[in-house]
Amino acid sequence: MAAGKVDPVHQFTIEPLFGTDHWSLAGYNIAFTNSALWMAITTIVLVVFIGGGAKQSLVPGRWQVAVESLAGFVDNLLQSNIGDAGRKYLPYIFSLFTFILFSNLLGLLPLALVGVHPFTATSHFTVTGVLAVMSFAIVLVVGFWKHGLHFFSLFVPHGTPVLMIPIIFPIELISFLVRPFSLGLRLFVAMMAGHVLLEVLSGFVISGTNAGALTFAIAAVPSFLLMIGICALELLVAGIQAYVFALLTCVYLNDAENLH
Amino acid sequence: MPQIAQLATTYASQIFWLLVCFGVVFFVVGRGLLPKVTGTIDLRDRQIAADLAAAEAARSAADAEEEAWRANANRQRAAAQDAIAKAKVEAAAHTAARLAEASDRIEQTLAAADARIGNARAAALTEIEAVAVDAVQDIAARVAGLSVSPDQAGEAVKGVLAHG
Repeated sequence: MAAGKVDPVHQFTIEPLFGTDHWSLAGYNIAFTNSALWMAITTIVLVVFIGGGAKQSLVPGRWQVAVESLAGFVDNLLQSNIGDAGRKYLPYIFSLFTFILFSNLLGLLPLALVGVHPFTATSHFTVTGVLAVMSFAIVLVVGFWKHGLHFFSLFVPHGTPVLMIPIIFPIELISFLVRPFSLGLRLFVAMMAGHVLLEVLSGFVISGTNAGALTFAIAAVPSFLLMIGICALELLVAGIQAYVFALLTCVYLNDAENLH
Repeated sequence: MPQIAQLATTYASQIFWLLVCFGVVFFVVGRGLLPKVTGTIDLRDRQIAADLAAAEAARSAADAEEEAWRANANRQRAAAQDAIAKAKVEAAAHTAARLAEASDRIEQTLAAADARIGNARAAALTEIEAVAVDAVQDIAARVAGLSVSPDQAGEAVKGVLAHG
């Protein structure tokens, strides 16, 4: 990579912080990295935000309304997808939705202006994969706990002709087993793509400006305008991807809870 | 792509810190703070529903009260009308009785007066007869020099009076 060029994926590099790179647990390295730092920041911001809104006053203030509408939104999501049985999953789905949402949004903060580099933990498939596997594991546990081996009837849609069952069953099984991968990869890809796109466009702005007035006018300025639009789009994507992750987890939980 | 290039060296740290952070979020936010938030929402919803129900009950109570008051007022008005009608009938009967009494008295007075007038007229006629008889005797004595007995004179007077 030549000097002065922008490396669009450098922002995803994980670096151990505070000299903790030798920390280990049972032989595994658990260095406190920049990724861990931003997950911790997400956690702290989330606890402060929800804690500030858990004032339990009957006539709520602005902060309490914000937290209550967020909780009401997730509650509604569960209610409409699973029904009354969905209430018991509220702590998990709410934690999942808010954690992903806050990670996505904090990773978009323009902190580079003050020399700090935000890190989007959800742009790593090790992170999104763990979240997806966690959701999938809950679906499996709930499904087999509630329905036992009858849970396998999920792979034979209602009304399938007997002759078709040997063909339908593997297809449904594969589509079921692909779920954790699609769940984790979707969030990872959406987050990474947006950040890479912004970085590439900022590279155009920098090299276009350095190369002279003509390239400044035809490359740097349009790229900069596009960046402004894409920043707004990325804020939308941050919310949508968190919503999609929570929604799909609800849909899968509904399969486990109610079969179909 | 660092996600793949650094996978072998960082996956344990990534998974460990994610589980720590998400665990804190799940237990502190999901299990600790969220029930307070949803509890407050449920409490408020229940309170609103209870307040609405109470208002509805109060309104139907007020409606029933008004209905009862209206029925009571109607009953009292009807009773008052009855009392007025009864009083009117009584007053009319009383008036009629007083009138009858008064007209009886008037008739009695009139009859008494008539009787007195009749007596007076009879007395007067008798007096006129006596006077006429005297006058006949006087006239007969003075004009014809006849002495007419009172009986004869009486006959004559009666005859003239009877013929008018």
